[in-house]
This record gives sequence, structure tokens and C-alpha cells, in this order.
Amino acid sequence: MTSLLEISNLRVSFPTDDGDVHAVDNLSLTLNAGETVAIVGESGSGKTVTSLSVMGLHNPRSTKLSGSIKIPDGDQVIDVVNDDPEKVRNMRGRVMSMIFQDPMSSLHPYFRIGKQLAEAYLVHNPGKKEDAKKRTVEMLDLVGIPEPAKRAKDYPHQFSGGMRQRVMIAMALMNTPRVLIADEPTTALDVTVQAQILTLMQGIQKEFNMGILLITHDLGVVAAVADRVSVMYAGNIVEQGSADDIFYRPMAPYTVGLLNSVPKISYGEKQRLQSIAGQPPSLINLPSGCAFSPRCTYIQSAPAGSCAATLPDLVGISPSHVSRCHIPESDRPQVFSHVAGGK
Amino acid sequence: MSTEAALFSIQNLTKHFPVKKSGVFNNQKALVKAVDGISLDIAEGETVGIVGESGCGKTTAGRSFLKLVEPTSGKIIYKGEDITHLKPGKMRPLRAELQIIFQDPYSALNPRQTIGNIISAPFEIQGITPDGGVKKEVQRLMERVGLNPEHFNRYPHEFSGGQRQRIGIARAIALKPKFVVADEPVSALDVSIQAQVINLLEDLKREDGITIVFIAHDLSVVQHISDRVVVMYLGKIMEVSDSNNLYSAPHHPYTKALLSAVPQADPHIERTRERIILSGDLPSPINPPSGCVFSTRCWKAQDICHSKAPEMVQVGQSQVACHFPE
Repeated sequence: MTSLLEISNLRVSFPTDDGDVHAVDNLSLTLNAGETVAIVGESGSGKTVTSLSVMGLHNPRSTKLSGSIKIPDGDQVIDVVNDDPEKVRNMRGRVMSMIFQDPMSSLHPYFRIGKQLAEAYLVHNPGKKEDAKKRTVEMLDLVGIPEPAKRAKDYPHQFSGGMRQRVMIAMALMNTPRVLIADEPTTALDVTVQAQILTLMQGIQKEFNMGILLITHDLGVVAAVADRVSVMYAGNIVEQGSADDIFYRPMAPYTVGLLNSVPKISYGEKQRLQSIAGQPPSLINLPSGCAFSPRCTYIQSAPAGSCAATLPDLVGISPSHVSRCHIPESDRPQVFSHVAGGK
Repeated sequence: MSTEAALFSIQNLTKHFPVKKSGVFNNQKALVKAVDGISLDIAEGETVGIVGESGCGKTTAGRSFLKLVEPTSGKIIYKGEDITHLKPGKMRPLRAELQIIFQDPYSALNPRQTIGNIISAPFEIQGITPDGGVKKEVQRLMERVGLNPEHFNRYPHEFSGGQRQRIGIARAIALKPKFVVADEPVSALDVSIQAQVINLLEDLKREDGITIVFIAHDLSVVQHISDRVVVMYLGKIMEVSDSNNLYSAPHHPYTKALLSAVPQADPHIERTRERIILSGDLPSPINPPSGCVFSTRCWKAQDICHSKAPEMVQVGQSQVACHFPE
């Protein structure tokens, strides 16, 4: 497998009057061709900041970035964090592109969607107006918009939410990128429309052998489409592994808590949900040590004082399934089942 | 269930919103049929979930139950009394028993009022002084919903989304209501916080015997909390069923499609399941399809579905509005 995207030791912080907001801390991640990697977490965990970094969309004047994000382009490799912004701009939309969460506000209301789509093509293929037009109709057809030639002349408000999200996907695909970043692509949509869009994205991924970085808070969506999963909490990846690892063999207390918080469609006697107590921490004053420790149910099982003292490393017995926790990994299945008992 | 046993019952309730039709010569008004003839009996202590996609009329239904929007026609019966046409003054004493929890905890609280003022407003409006004084009662309520009672003098912006939703719940339960409409109370919250609020609502229901109408688009949440589930589509009820039954044996094609579209947090289920992908979008509620409103997207639709609206029929333990129930 070839890696399409390699993030290593990414740190992102935003200076404010009250101190730096540490949005992402020491994040490493790879994305291969044809695979879907999901980043899951709650609001403020740093998932959107990560996706914007990959696109090189942070304002350098208000953001402190370090680490590297390497994306191969032909025979060279561009580092989005450290290379010339012009080089990054030249790749944006061509090598990597992005679908945003809100299809209502991501399209320009004044321009016909055909024009907006063609623009994405013309930026990288200047002057080829006829090709752009042809490509626009092809892409609208591909994402399942009926009568694409006619609909290209419509304005965004003439489309429903689901249709607008299809237009957004078509726009992202105009230059056949190899990396597609989807930031909560179905959050604003109804479930039946969400099912349509997820199916569409999976079909397109197969067709172009794209790597998809999916940002979401919805564990159901993750289970439906992700090959590998990174769980984020307060700017850190707390667990990384295959979808099966995360759902059936969770190793980080936060992942366990998150899975227990989701109501499952079940028959018969209903179990009380096991919520995670407390609130996510402020990113300005992160708790010392493990950021999750003030909310962690299993803190008694870790070596005394370790959780408040140091942030555990992201390690695991298997290198493909790593997590952050001071409780010895061999003890964890038993520790987690004990408190979650009776399930 | 007979009407006498029901605490709250609605009969053939409709709510149509007039909208202006575009066109120079056409000044005729069109109607958005947000709720179009729904009937439902709710027993005391029961939790009824209402699910559906955006635009199906679930929020309008919930609000018209409490006469926060005046229904166009139909009847609302509470404790055997027809309250459909009660004047606001006559309605006010009843409001103590009928409460609502709003969806958006950010816009449902007045930013200029302290939490103490917000939660004590119901006492002031109803002219009730609880035992031990208002302040003591408000602090008890705050403790009840899991807030620190010392935060009495803080303003809404000092609280997180989950805490604000708790404030909204404290306000709703202040007067010990019998019947609460919870309109998407957890959809603005993160998963871990969502579970806290669901557990809180379940405690209130168990300890105070509150009857709850729980409106949400998230089917797994609704199944978790409800005894009975109502599925709505385009202003009409498609199916009413016991919650376990609905999920194990859906009878209406729309219910089936809706359930198959909900992704579950379990990769094995997700890999093996078959999704029913509905074609197209929700039709406009201004011009709903003739006959069965779901007929334009239904894979089982026959001629009769396009011409004649189906009646509610009993299938197994569910009531289904379909000509060809599963």
C-alpha cells in the first residue's frame, strides 16, 4: 500500500489573551490509498483543526503549527506545514480536497453551481473552459444529480440539503484528488439522506482508489465506513486501531466510555446508559498528566498518582492498535469489563 | 387504549401555515401542511417518542400539543377536558402541569437573567410560593438536575451546553408538571453528555411519574427512552408501535427504510446489513403527494397508493397507515 498522507507530530495552538489554546498535540497519522480513516471525538477535541491543517487552511498569523504533514504529489513530496504556501495552494483541490460539514453555507449563494464547480477545475487547468463544462456535467452525473446539464445552471438555494452535499462532493472531485477530507459530511443531513451520501462516497472511493479522512462524532457512521479509527480527546489521540479493535477491543478508558454512552437499538430489557461524568476540559488549562483523568472511572486501577503526573504514551502490544493509558494493557480488558459489568 | 384512560389525547389535529405563493397575478395563499390530521392517546406515566426526518412536522406537533402554536383544527384533550379553544387566561393554570424542554439550550435561556431567575420564573408567573421559599426550592431543583446550587447567581454563558440543558430541564420540572414535551432535548449535545441528560430524564420519569413526549430524529435515542414510538412523515403518522416491537418488526415501509438507514455503532452489523436507500428527497409539504404521502418514494407503491390515503389499521401490535403493510 502507498501512503497518501503522513502526519507526524502535528501540534496546533492558537494564541489568545487568556493563553494558548492547545487544539492538537503531537498527532501522528497515515492514510493509504483506498482506505477510510476516521477521526472521532467530541466538540473541541481537535478533529476539525486537524483536517484544516491537512488542507493548509490555517491563518499563519493566528495559528502556531509544528510537526509535518507530508503529501506526495507526482515525484515530489510536499510538506503542508513547512513548505511554501504557494506550493500547497497548487495542490489544494487537485491532490487533496475537502467536503465541509454544512452544505448550506459552503456554496456561494450568488453563483450558479456549474460556475462554482468549473472554477475548481479552471484554477488548475487555466483556460480550458470547454473541458471544465464537460467535467462539471460528468461529476454532477456521477454524484447522482438528475439532469446534470440543466441543474448546473441552478443556484444553490434551488437544491435540497442532500443535493447540496452531493454538489459539494462533485466539487471536491473535479480534479480527481487522491486524498479526500470529509469533515462531518452527513451531520447536517437526515438519516435516510445520510445513507444515500455514505453509499455514494463509498462508491466513489472504490472508483478512484481515494484515501478518505473522515472527521465525525457519530460512532454509527464510523462503524459503517471506517477501516481504521483514531479517537481524539482534548487534542490528543487517545486510541488508534482498526475499526474492529476500537469497537470490540477498546483499550483507552475514553473509548470505553464513549461506546457505553451510545444507546444501542436493542430488544427487551433496556440498560441504563453509562455516561461519562463531568465535562471536557478547557483547552487553555488542560489537566496535568492524562487529560481524561478527572473524568476517568478506572483511575484506581492505574499505578497511584501516575495519571495526574504524566501523559501516558501512545503505545500498544500490537503496533497497529495503540492507546494512551497508565493501566497495564494486559489488565485492561478485565478492568473495563468489571466496571461495565452486567452488560 | 380508550380515551378515558388517556391523560392526554389529540384527535385529528392539523396545523397549516399559510405562505404566499409567488407570481404576479396569483395572490392566493398556499398552505404548508406541517401537521395534517394526527390522532394519539397518551396514558399517564407513559413515554411516547416521536421520530421523523426534518420537516415531518414533529416539532410543530409537539408545540401544538401545548398550544404554543394554535392548531388549525382538531381537538386536544387533557384529563378529559377539551383544551383546544381555551383562552390564554384559562390556559395559564394548566401550564403548570404542561411543560416543554426546548432543543437548543443556547437560545432557550435569556442571556441577561441569572440561572436563579430563570428557574424561579415559573413560580413567579404562577404566583406559587413553595415550602421554604423560592430560593431554597430553586437550589433543590438545581441539585436535582445535577447542577451546583451555588451557581445560583451565574449567567447562562458561564455554562456548557449540557449544563444549560439541565437548566432548561430544571425550569420545566419546577412546578411538578404531569406532562412534558421534550423537543430534541439531546440533539445539540455531545455523545457523553447526551447520555447524562438521557439518564436524568429517565430518573425524572421514574421518580416523579412524569408523562413525556420525546421528540427526536435519532432513532436509537428514541428507542432507548420510549415505551411507544410514533413515526411521522410529511405531517402524518405512518406507524405507532411499542418501542421494542417497532424495532424488531417494523410494519410500514417507511419505518423499515428509516431503521435500515440508522448506522449502528457496531462494525459487524454495519458490514452485513442491507440498507434500503430511499430515492429522492422529501416532497414539499405545500403540495404533498396525493393518496399516501410516502407513495412517491415507496418501493411497494401500487396504483391505489397514489390515489387513496390509507387508513390506520391494526397489524400485530402496531397501528400502521399503509395499504400493503409488511
